[in-house]
Formats: sequence, C-alpha cells, structure tokens
Amino acid sequence: MALSNETIQNKLIEKFGDQVLNFSTASGILSFESSKEINLKVLQFLYEEPSLAFTFLTDLCGVNYPDNVGAELVVVYHLHNFSENIRLRYSVSTSINETAVFTASKLFESANWMERETYDFFGINFIGHPNLKRILNVDEMDYFPLRKEYPLEDQTRIDKDDEMFGRG
Amino acid sequence: MMKCLEEGSLIKRVNYNSTGAIKNSMEHQSHITLPKGSIEKTTTTLNIGPTHPATHGVFQNIMEVDGERVVSTEQTVGYIHRAFEKLAERRPLYQITPITDRLNYCSSPINNMGWHITCERFLKLDLPKRVDYLRVIIMELARISDHLICNSIVGVDTGAYTGFLYVMQYRELIYEIYEEVCGSRLTTNIGRIGGFERNFTNTAFTKLEKFLNEYPKVLKEFESLFARNRIFMERTKGTGGISAERALNYGFTGPNLRAAGVDYDVRVQQPYSSYQDFDFKVPVGTTGDNYDRFLVRNAEMYESISIIKQAYQKIQEFKGTDAEVYHADVPEYYLPKKEDVYTKMEALIWHFKIIMGEIELPKGQIYSAVEGGNGELGFYLVSDGGRTPFRLHFRRPCFIYYQAFEELIKGGMLSDAVVTMSSLNLIAGELDA
Repeated sequence: MALSNETIQNKLIEKFGDQVLNFSTASGILSFESSKEINLKVLQFLYEEPSLAFTFLTDLCGVNYPDNVGAELVVVYHLHNFSENIRLRYSVSTSINETAVFTASKLFESANWMERETYDFFGINFIGHPNLKRILNVDEMDYFPLRKEYPLEDQTRIDKDDEMFGRG
Repeated sequence: MMKCLEEGSLIKRVNYNSTGAIKNSMEHQSHITLPKGSIEKTTTTLNIGPTHPATHGVFQNIMEVDGERVVSTEQTVGYIHRAFEKLAERRPLYQITPITDRLNYCSSPINNMGWHITCERFLKLDLPKRVDYLRVIIMELARISDHLICNSIVGVDTGAYTGFLYVMQYRELIYEIYEEVCGSRLTTNIGRIGGFERNFTNTAFTKLEKFLNEYPKVLKEFESLFARNRIFMERTKGTGGISAERALNYGFTGPNLRAAGVDYDVRVQQPYSSYQDFDFKVPVGTTGDNYDRFLVRNAEMYESISIIKQAYQKIQEFKGTDAEVYHADVPEYYLPKKEDVYTKMEALIWHFKIIMGEIELPKGQIYSAVEGGNGELGFYLVSDGGRTPFRLHFRRPCFIYYQAFEELIKGGMLSDAVVTMSSLNLIAGELDA
C-alpha cells in the first residue's frame, strides 16, 4: 500500500493532536510545523513508526523570517522514506532571542554537520549537539551571516536598495 | 595543528607490526614510557591539507596517527566558502546558474540543469521532449566526466598514473562537446530556464558520435587496468567500507550509497527531464568499500553511455520543426532572439524585464533534487513573491557524507585514508558552497 500524504497527516494528528499544525502540500511534498519543544518526539515518531519510516534525513537548514516576531528563525527538515519513495518537510520555529532547538544528531548522524552549518549561518543553538561550532565560516566571526539583518551589499551604495528586488 | 616538540624531548620510536591487526591502538606501544611531565603524546598529529596532493582540493584533515594507524581525525572544511546562499538572495533566477557551476565543478552541467529543473518545477513550466533528451545527453556526459575523474584519481592515489593520463584525453572530448554547446568547458553555465541558449550544432552531434564510438573501448581498457589488478584490489578492497544502515544514517546518496547496497537513484525514484523514458540499470555494491565504489562508478559509466545512445536515437527521431526545438515557449523566462529584440516591441520588453530581473516569482517553496555526480543534489527554494529567492539552500551531497570520513578510516592505515578520501569523490566546491 502506497503511503500517501493524507495517511501521514492523519497518523501525525492521531499521535500529536493539535500540536502539529499548518499542514500543506506544495509540489507534492507534505509540509507541517510543530512547536520546537516536541521536534525530537515528532522526528522519532516519524523514524520509528513502522508504517511511516522516515529514516533518511535529506536536508536540514535554517530560514530567517525577520517579520515573524517571536518565530524569526525556522529549522526545516526534509525527510525521505526510501521504500515508499515519499518526501516530507517538517519545520519548527524559534525566537531570535532564545534560539534553542533540540539536536537531531542522535537520531541522524547526518544532522551533525547540517546543524553546525545552520548554527554557523543563523546562530540557532542546537541543545545537546556534540560539537556545535562554526563549520564554514572562521571561528572569530561574531555574527550569523545568513540572517536578514546582515545585508549582502555594501551599505554605502544607494543604487541597490530592496526596491530593485521587488521588496520595496 | 602540529604540536611543536620541546627541544630535547624524546623522539618516538614505535616498533610497528605491519601485518597484525591491532585490537587497541595503544596496546602495542606500551613500551613507550614518556618522562613525567612530558608534553609529548603517544600519537602524532598530522595535517593533511588544506593544500596537499592527497586532498585534491582545499580541505583539511587533522589526523591523530599512531605509527601508520589512524586513531582519530577531524575534518575542517570552509576554506573556499563563497557565501553562495547569501549571494543567491540578491540575484534573479538566471543569475544563480553560474553560481551552481562552482559547486561540483567536475560535473557543472548537472548542477546547472538541476537548478533549471528546480526553477521550471517551481514556475510550473512544461518542456518539450527534445529539450529533455538534449539535457539528458549533457547530464550523462557530465556524469561520465565526474566518475572518470574520481576513478582515475583513485588509481593515482594507489600508484597508477597511467589510467588518469589516458582517460583525460576522453574527458577532453566531453569538454569539447560542452564547448560546442555553450562555449565554455569547466564552469559551463549551460542551458537556460526553459531549454538551451542555442540549438546543438551538427559539429556537436559529430563530436558526440566520435565520443560514443571511441569511449566504450577506452573505458573497457581503463577497467581492465584496475578492476582485476592485484595491487589495486588489495589497496581498495576492505578499506573505507560502510554498512548500508550507517551510510543511510550518515545521509549518503549517489554512488557511495549504492556501493553500500542501497539502490537509491533520484533518476529512478523521482524522474526528472524524462528519465522515465530511458532503460538503464542502477548498479549496486555490497560492502561500501573503496573497491565497490570504484566498481559502481565504472558500471554507471556504461549505463550513462547507454542512456546517451538512447537519447541520441530519440533525438534523431524528431522530424520537421520538432527537430529544431531547443527551448520551451516561455517568454517570461527565456530570452528572446536578438533580431526579435531589435525589431519587435514585445521581445524588447521581455528582454529588458528578464535582464533587469524584473520578473516576480510566485510565493511558495520547493525542494527539488537531481542525481548529481556525487549523489542527491537538492535545491530548497523559498520565495516570498519577490524577484529573487527569499532563501536558497543547496543540499550538497559531498558536505553531508564527508562527516562519515572518520568512521570510514578509523583504525585503518594512513595510506588507506588517502585512497578513501579520493574514492568518496570529495569536491571542495561542493563541500563549501
């Protein structure tokens, strides 16, 4: 029996009730969110529940939404079930002032460096991570470059404002 | 970092038994008694990289070695980090293609196509079959050149330079095809959103035919140089191995995962660019060691040749105007012909809008992946309706599986670690993004 997005959604709701929310499907991939406190429980349930078996962590990355006050930083997990060939996107959000998210590196070895990368660029503090330090940037760096508050362009230039990029 | 020894400190003397497997890395050197308060350790710290012939790229391994055994290692990456994800946030889609060239630069066209396919899926554009087939040819050529480099470098690191020099001539034929199609060789920027920038010329097809005629024979020779070579087998068999479970847990994809026995291939699981129209096998190994990785890559090259032949045949079946199609009809994203820009109002407007990056993207997000030379190359694109991506994340297979390196080489010989490094096909550009 092929695993469908509806089945996954129902199973998650059955297990976690209204703690999992904002289900949507874009380009065939089911996305949902939960509070950051239960991220490990959700990941573990997806991993260990035999009918779901999302045992492969494809990707883990951060996104910064500066306008979502209290949920500025988002950690996005892309999971994959190889035998059913179905992908899943799961995200948890955290405030930029209190960026603590539980690490998934105990469940997936692959999360180790991906979380380090996310920490490096967004400053998300993964609680319980074995070696949370910068990976691509220099250790001396004192900011988290992919946050939107750090502009790419030279701020003294006036010819390249956000209006040029459709975000006036 | 290399620890400086105090002047006059004891020089280590380790009587190393090269054949016996060691149970405990410290056990056999209990004869070493360091003076009290000595700053010396019983192991040596050795730096391989950032610039070292064995790394074939800019990354570092800080290894603790006990004699020639690797006790532990720490991998350091980031020496050529170029902030691609940040750069992409201020570029319209078509300007991101040249960035993707510089990820895995041994197979840039796959990265380019992967990006175009991501954009096309996101923008819901349909492509003509001929474009898909042309793309398949280019992508499989890129896969061959990628695997060819990797396998011949494994040869170099085990002491056989001949294979490497020999196959370079045939990689050159592939690069000439790229050159004929897009004008450049290494960082190709090949294709556009919606198709190719120009149709393949007859010269391109002639060069492709030449390659298809000459290469299989060479690959056979290359294979016979290594596959049953006693020295090569003893250097690669049983070294750098990983089980399927561990490989999956470490996020392995591509040939490295298939060598461990998992038949996951994005081309089969989530076909893109009409891969479902082709008939090919997915070679798998069993032990996930260096030898299996070599064999899997070699077998994949044969499959790639077969895919290219099928695609070329399908292309020849197009007749009339269909045989001239090389891009989809998507004026919002595909640059109009130059003569139209000079003579037609609408073409001029689109030209201006595209060049100035004035096309608004729809809101939403997409994760799309292609089978890169090293594994699943994914693009996670988040758009807020602006003209550039709000966030773009590259899932770089190299970066993800390189963290398993310590587990692969721990307890083994230093020289095996070097072979494992090249057999994993670590490309610095893809490690760092």
